[in-house]
Amino acid sequence: MDNLLSIVTFIPLLGAAILALFLRGDDPAARGNAKWVALITTLTTFVFSLFILTGFDPSDTGFQFVEEKEWILGLKYKMGVDGISVLFVMLTTFLMPLVILSCWNVKTRVKDYMIAFLVLETLMIGVFTALDLVLFYLFFEAGLIPMFLIIGIWGGQNRIYAAFKFFLYTLLGSVLMLVAMVAMYMDAGTTDIPALLDHQFASAPLQVLGLTVTGGMQALLWLAFFASFAVKMPMWPVHTWLPDAHVQAPTGGSVVLAAILLKMGGYGFLRFSLPMFPVASDLFTPLIMWLSVIAIVYTSLVALVQEDMKKLIAYSSVAHMGYVTMGTFAANQQGVDGAIFQMLSHGFISGALFLCVGVIYDRMHTREIAAYGGLVNRMPAYALVFMFFTMANVGLPGTSGFVGEFLTLLGTFRANTWAAAVATTGVILSAAYALWLYRRVVFGDLVREALRTIGDLTPRERLIFAPLVAMTLLLGVYPGLVTDITGPSVQALVENYHQAVGAAAEGGAGAEPRAAAEH
Amino acid sequence: MATILLFAPLAGALIAGFGWRLIGEAAAQYVSTGLLFLSAVLAWILFLGLEPGTQHIALFRWVESGTLSVDWGIRMDRLTAIMLIVVTTVSALVHLYSIGYMADDPEWKPGESYKPRFFAYLSFFTFAMLMLVTSDNLLQLFFGWEGVGVASYLLIGFYYRKPSANAAAIKAFVVNRVGDFGFALGIFALYWLTDSIVLDDVFAAAPALADQNLAFLWRDWNAANLVGVLLFIGAMGKSAQFFLHTWLPDAMEGPTPVSALIHAATMVTAGVFLVVRMSPLYEYAPAATDMIVVTGAVTAFFAATVGLVQNDIKRVIAYSTCSQLGYMFAAAGVGVYSVAMFHLLTHAFFKALLFLCAGAVIHAMHHEQDMRRYGGLRHKIPQTFWLMVIGTLAITGVGIPGTQIGFAGFLSKDAIIESTWGAGTSVAEFAFWLLVIAAAFTSFYSWRLIFMTFFGQPRDSHAHEHAHEAPLVMRVPLYALALGAVVSGMLWYGSFFGKHEQVNEFFAIPAHEETAAGAATAEGSGGAAGAGHGAVPAGGSHMTAAPGVAPEGAIFMLRGGEVMDRAHHAPKWVKFAPFLAMLGGLALAWLFYIRNTALPQRLAATFRPLYLFLLNKWYFDELYDALFVKNAFRLGRLFWKGGDERLIDGTINGVAMGLVPRMTRFARAVQTGYVFTYALAMVVGIVVLLTWMAISGGAE
Repeated sequence: MDNLLSIVTFIPLLGAAILALFLRGDDPAARGNAKWVALITTLTTFVFSLFILTGFDPSDTGFQFVEEKEWILGLKYKMGVDGISVLFVMLTTFLMPLVILSCWNVKTRVKDYMIAFLVLETLMIGVFTALDLVLFYLFFEAGLIPMFLIIGIWGGQNRIYAAFKFFLYTLLGSVLMLVAMVAMYMDAGTTDIPALLDHQFASAPLQVLGLTVTGGMQALLWLAFFASFAVKMPMWPVHTWLPDAHVQAPTGGSVVLAAILLKMGGYGFLRFSLPMFPVASDLFTPLIMWLSVIAIVYTSLVALVQEDMKKLIAYSSVAHMGYVTMGTFAANQQGVDGAIFQMLSHGFISGALFLCVGVIYDRMHTREIAAYGGLVNRMPAYALVFMFFTMANVGLPGTSGFVGEFLTLLGTFRANTWAAAVATTGVILSAAYALWLYRRVVFGDLVREALRTIGDLTPRERLIFAPLVAMTLLLGVYPGLVTDITGPSVQALVENYHQAVGAAAEGGAGAEPRAAAEH
Repeated sequence: MATILLFAPLAGALIAGFGWRLIGEAAAQYVSTGLLFLSAVLAWILFLGLEPGTQHIALFRWVESGTLSVDWGIRMDRLTAIMLIVVTTVSALVHLYSIGYMADDPEWKPGESYKPRFFAYLSFFTFAMLMLVTSDNLLQLFFGWEGVGVASYLLIGFYYRKPSANAAAIKAFVVNRVGDFGFALGIFALYWLTDSIVLDDVFAAAPALADQNLAFLWRDWNAANLVGVLLFIGAMGKSAQFFLHTWLPDAMEGPTPVSALIHAATMVTAGVFLVVRMSPLYEYAPAATDMIVVTGAVTAFFAATVGLVQNDIKRVIAYSTCSQLGYMFAAAGVGVYSVAMFHLLTHAFFKALLFLCAGAVIHAMHHEQDMRRYGGLRHKIPQTFWLMVIGTLAITGVGIPGTQIGFAGFLSKDAIIESTWGAGTSVAEFAFWLLVIAAAFTSFYSWRLIFMTFFGQPRDSHAHEHAHEAPLVMRVPLYALALGAVVSGMLWYGSFFGKHEQVNEFFAIPAHEETAAGAATAEGSGGAAGAGHGAVPAGGSHMTAAPGVAPEGAIFMLRGGEVMDRAHHAPKWVKFAPFLAMLGGLALAWLFYIRNTALPQRLAATFRPLYLFLLNKWYFDELYDALFVKNAFRLGRLFWKGGDERLIDGTINGVAMGLVPRMTRFARAVQTGYVFTYALAMVVGIVVLLTWMAISGGAE
């Protein structure tokens, strides 16, 4: 299978096309068919993606399964995965069937809903597999549209506001990235990502409008990419779209948003910022560290006082992404390994937490924490699952949440003890807000009349949670499953980065960094 | 064998927790209890037949990243073996006891199944605790550390309908996390310094750390001291030491067997275990050990003062636990790690006994815990009475001074007090006096408890009428623990605090290392006892531990040997001091609660501010609430409303003003269903942008 990556990327689109073209009507049978088509499509995608995983050679730090074709207008279609991206593909294909299952009770415009998710899956996988700048940009930006629709059409009361906030925020960031991409193309003469990774962008100081820019062109490009990735991530202070988007999004949308879409920012930092603009990354590391640390403490405190369950978990997501950016820019093996691990683990855990909210939202149609209490009395299985993911979210050792947090902090400690120390207070705060939420929703006596007949998890819901529990435990007890794959690629990334930074520092800011390092 | 020992409780937890629907509630209890007895038997076999030297049993890989490589594994040495018998024995007995205690719990409605859950938690706790004590590296230790924290959280909050239980559970977890904050930073620092968090590597590098500096936060620190202090902060949280103790009394919200197992005998001693385990590091960290001595002594004193006036039977014992943990830390801090472990071992027996007896009393009194409603129970529940007296004799340290005959606490606690005297530093001297005073308080509150509960007139005649002896299944564990409370001190005195050869043999410390350490200490301290403390690492590090090799033996006592010598040859008054303090406390308790029962109230009225100060536990809860809890919520609200909504969103909305008209048009489109047209427009827009880019780029 020479085109394995393309096959995996476009199966969902094919499924969407089938739905769009061949499925007619809006009777219950048609709705059921739409759901089954979507489920089978995503499952097929997952099965095919397993071939990528089994065929992947972790010891090879270059790109694998590479496909390259001429495309329109002289553009190239190029795909491939390395140790950094391959697991994000897996994360996406693994989660999508569960997302479809979680949407089983949607009643309005089921077919369109399924199409939106299938298109979204193609675009998300595309982001992680694209090896051409234009292709990457296309996937990266187009992903906005289905998500925008999912929030805007199937969302809650305030969905229009949230959808636009989401859209404008992320679009504004991307405009700058587009400009930077044009500049990169002009400088390097190619849009090929592997080629760009080898290209040296100038880091000599520049004069722009009479101001001296340290780090030169690299710094400008870095900032442009940063604008886009920081919003996607989201980093403090451009995070405020996320709580609104989550609150208004339907459950499935929240899961995809938290579990996969947020990871695009982190992936972008690892694919572009760090390796392509090492000198600028080094220059801006303190900025990132402080934004990350502020994110962890600030959003954890905000999470503490939330009254809406989804908002609380959304803020907790921002805090957890703080560990990712921090670890990434610690720029050592543990930090970057930890950042990738944290992103994957957060995919499972935050996805599951949003599903947990979805379970009771489906029954009671409110996300208000105060509307609940004492659920354990009627929903013991739910209480157990929710407790498990609450503990995973606070980073309990033995769950995947711990490994990511631990490695990023360990890596950061080597880079910046202040950042590590302040960020470590996050372990206290996360325990406080997570357990406080759990206590108010699940523990206590069941006094509310409306809750007296609430039912426990259905078999379908158990089926959704089971794989998530399994993955969270498995990665917590045996994280080698991830680090064995990411390790060599991360090592190469970190080594190149330090060589480039070292060379730039040695030969003065003007020297050609990597050329000097090769001697 | 060690592996079976380790995983039997986990199997028990899973069977009880998930399998009870298949096998039934009763079977779930018996299976988990049976598996723990299996563990306990294996632990004793291991303990008695322990080969000298450290064995490493690797299980499988865990976290690997770059140079960081950590496996799941078992480290088997004397220290592990001691902890294994303590944990499994007490846990097995508590399981057995719980079959009776939890049989019909009035907190639950009829038909609710709470028992399998309780046993699953207990067994899970035991598993986590075993992972902690068998760990071969700091990360697995941390796993166990957090695991017991979760088990503790679940069990404190076991009565999940009670708001007070829920609050106590969260408090316990969060306060422990404050300690974990230090622990985690300690691990990070160690990894930075030594490139490993495997114990043997850390121990091998420890001597070098004493001469190394580490830039942490705003200044450079001595590496060994910094790591020592950070790890100790973790220990303070888990072992409820001064400043981080507030969770322990509240933890009494959990069922009484839990208090006995987790909050007396095992989990709370994990901090002591950590310090002893890290003895090869602490011996090179004089400032850190000074801090341990002071914290331990202050906790011992503080908790004892609070214990004097509490009225809830469980809280008295909780403060007593807090206080006794302080003793253990003081011993570890002056370098006599063996004695810290000695007290840990004996304390496990007599404190578990006291708690379980209190449980039997509570059980008899229909879950009344206020001692002011007890009285005169001696005749109603004589067996419990005598068992509890044995526990009290053990904790207060009754024995024949000048000999090695006495109850468990007599030997271990007096050994600690003598050791602090023997250390000879000013810090240790301070500790010595605090500990002697605390010994008097200990005796007072312990006997006060006995007198208020079992003597005098019944103050709640209804409950008294129906008081009954606990069933056999609850009494058997009590007798077993009572046996330990009587003999464990005399049995192991020599191994923990006897002659050098005996202690060394027990802990498998090679003789040459000990003599070298002794010589180094002698040289370092230069005979001047007062200056000895700080000089030890400087003088001793070259001679004793060859660089790059971890010291053999389960504990490392650079200073300990000499301190023990001086403790053995302490003057008569030092040896008699704790005994006299104990007698004084007993006499006062007798005076207050038997002879003249009006006296305590008069005294409380006369010294009302002091009484309130003690009754309200030095106002720590109020202080922390005002300082941390309230402010965290206030800050959170400020960041949310002021930061996110006003500042950030306000700015962005302002910027977006120009786009608003367009937005509303968009919005209408979404509502009217033309969204797909717009989506298509966006795609076209992007394609146009890309085309422009391709063409203009190509023209360059």
